[in-house]
Amino acid sequence: MSQAEFDALIDADERIEPDDWMPDDYRKTLVRQIAQHAHSEIIGMQPEGEWITRAPSLHRKAILTAKVQDEAGHGMYLYGAAESLGVDRAELLDRLHNKTQKYSSIFNYATPEWADVGAIGWLVDGAAIANQVPLCRCSYGPYGRAMVRICKEESFHQRQGFQIMLTLSEGTPEQKAMAQRALDRWWWPSIMMFGPPDTDSPNTARSMAWGIKRYTNDELRQQFVDATVPQAELLGLAIPDPDLVWNEERGHYDFGEPDWDEFATMVRGEGEIPDLRISTRRNAHAEGEWVREAAVAYAEKQQQRERVA
Amino acid sequence: MNAAWPLWEVFVRARRGLSHTHVGSVHAADGETALQAARDLFTRRQEGVSLWVVPSADIVASDPSAEAELFEPAADKAYRFPTSYELPADVDHM
Amino acid sequence: MPADLLTHVLRQADRTLVLSHRLAEWLTHAPELEEDMALANISLDLLGQSRHLYTYAGKLEGHGHDEDHFAYERDATDFRNPLIVEQPNGDFAVTMARQVLHDHAALLYWESMCSSTDETLAALAARAVNETRFHLRHSTGWLIRLGDGTDESHRRAQAGLDTMWPFAEELLGADDEDDLRTAGLIGPRFDGAWRAAVGATVSEATLTMPPEPPTRSGGLRGEHSEHLAPMLEVMQGLARAHPGATW
Repeated sequence: MSQAEFDALIDADERIEPDDWMPDDYRKTLVRQIAQHAHSEIIGMQPEGEWITRAPSLHRKAILTAKVQDEAGHGMYLYGAAESLGVDRAELLDRLHNKTQKYSSIFNYATPEWADVGAIGWLVDGAAIANQVPLCRCSYGPYGRAMVRICKEESFHQRQGFQIMLTLSEGTPEQKAMAQRALDRWWWPSIMMFGPPDTDSPNTARSMAWGIKRYTNDELRQQFVDATVPQAELLGLAIPDPDLVWNEERGHYDFGEPDWDEFATMVRGEGEIPDLRISTRRNAHAEGEWVREAAVAYAEKQQQRERVA
Repeated sequence: MNAAWPLWEVFVRARRGLSHTHVGSVHAADGETALQAARDLFTRRQEGVSLWVVPSADIVASDPSAEAELFEPAADKAYRFPTSYELPADVDHM
Repeated sequence: MPADLLTHVLRQADRTLVLSHRLAEWLTHAPELEEDMALANISLDLLGQSRHLYTYAGKLEGHGHDEDHFAYERDATDFRNPLIVEQPNGDFAVTMARQVLHDHAALLYWESMCSSTDETLAALAARAVNETRFHLRHSTGWLIRLGDGTDESHRRAQAGLDTMWPFAEELLGADDEDDLRTAGLIGPRFDGAWRAAVGATVSEATLTMPPEPPTRSGGLRGEHSEHLAPMLEVMQGLARAHPGATW
C-alpha cells in the first residue's frame, strides 16, 4: 500500500488497520494521542480512588470501586490499541513516568470533598464523553473500536456522578453547600478539558484531515455547555460564570473566557498534586517489579518442566 | 531479567451459538493468568461464555502487501455464487 | 454463651466488608494494571456479599437497621470480623498469603452453607461459592508463582505466610456456634479439609508451613487488634460527620 491508497481510505471514511501502510506522522500522532488518553485513564483512577475507602455508603463504595476498575480497564484497552501500532506498553509507561508523555491535566486538581467525586462524574466524564463519542469513528480501527467499548461503559460514569450531585443538592444544607463548592471547583477545569481555542490549536486541522479528530475544540466545548447548563438548573446549583447567558440568535449559550494561563500551568504539570500522580505510578511500577519478575520466572520454570515431562 | 509480561490476544464467545471474536489484548506471564485477566477485563458485564487467549507472537497474519494475490482472484470466479445461475421461476427457490 | 444466628451473620458480614476495604486500598498501585482489575473484582465481590449479609442481619435483628447502619454506625468493639482481615496489607505477598488462607476457608464455608436450613443464607451461598472459587484460583495462583518464582519472591512469600499464619484460626469459625450447627443453620467444622487444602497450596508454592499453631484470636468476640479502629475511622468518618444524611 502507499500514500495514495492511504489517502483514498481516509477520503472514503474507511478504517486504517494495524498492518496497513501509514505515514510516519500519522502513526506517531496516534501513538502519542492514544497513549496520553490511556495515561489519563490510569491517572484518573487516583483523584476518585482516594474516596473509595471513605465513601459514605456501601452502595456508593461499590459504585466508585466499579468506576475506578472501569478506568483501569479503559487504560488497558487503550494501551492495547497503541500496541497495535508497534510500541510496547512498558515503553509507554516509561514515558508517562519520565514525563515525556502527558495525561489530561484535569487530573491535576485535588478532590478535597466527597462532592468532587460527583462533580468529576457529572462534568469531567461528561466532557470526556463529548470528546469520546466522535472518536468511535476515528480512522484508526483499533482506536475507534476501543472507544466504542469505552463509551458503552462511560455513560454509567456520568450518570452516577450526576446522581451523587442530585442526592447532595436534595439533602441537608451542608450537603447542598458541599455540592456547590464542588461545582465551583470543577466547572472551569471541565470547560478547559476541550483544549485551547481553535485559533490556538495548531494540530487540529491535520488531525481532522486524518480522521483522528472529528470536531474542533470550540465545537465540543459549546456542545458541552449547552448540554450541562440545564442539568445544573435541575440540581439548583449555580454555575460560576457571570457571563453565562442564553443567546437566542445563536441558539447556544454564550459563556465567559476561561483562564488559559491557569490551563497552561496545569498542563505543565508542576506542583504537589502532579508530583503525587506520577510518583504513585512510578512507585507502584517499581514496587511491583519483583512480583512481575516472579510471574515470568515461574512461567519459564513451568515451560522447562513441560519440556522435560 | 526482563520482567515485562508478553502480550496475549483475547477472543470471546459472547453467547452459545456464536463464534469467538477478537476483543483486545492483555499482558500476562502465562496462559492461566492471561485467562483470568481476560475474564476480568472483557467479561465483567456478562459479555461472554468462553474465552481464548493466544500469545500475540503466535498469531500468523496475512501480509497486507500480499492482499492482491491472496484475495483478489476470488472476484474472478462468479460461478461460486448462487446468483450466477438462472433457473426457471418454479424452481428458483433453490 | 452460645452465639445466635445474628452474631454469626454479622461475623461473616464484617469479615467480608473489612477484607473488601483492605483490598480496595491496593487500587492505583497494584503490581500491574491487570492486578488492579483483579483486586477490584475481588473487593467488589466481597463488598456485595457483605451488603447481602448486613441486609439479612437487619431483618434478623428486627430494629429496621439497614446495611449502612451496620457498616458506619457501629464502633470497632461491635465488629465481629476475624483479626486476620483487619491486618494491614503489607506487600503483595503478605496480601496474597492472607487471601489464600481466607479463600480456602471461605470456599469450604460457602460450600457447606449451600445446605443451610436457612433459605436466605443458602441462596447467598450458591452465588458466593462461584465468586470464591475464582478468588481462590487467583490467590493460590499468586502464592504458587511467588513461592516458586525468584529467590526474592520466595522469601517474601514465606514471610507473608509467616505473618498471616498466627491469625488463621478464626477463619475456621468461632467456638460458640455449636447450637447453630445442631440446628443445621451452619455446617460442620472443616478444620481438616482446610488444613489439607492450605497444605497443598503451600507445598506447591515450595513454601514451608509455619510449625507453631495459630494463636491470635478475639476478633470474632469483638476484641480487636490496634488496626481496626484507625481503619474504621477512615471508612466511617464522612458518614458520621453527617448523621442521618442520604448519599
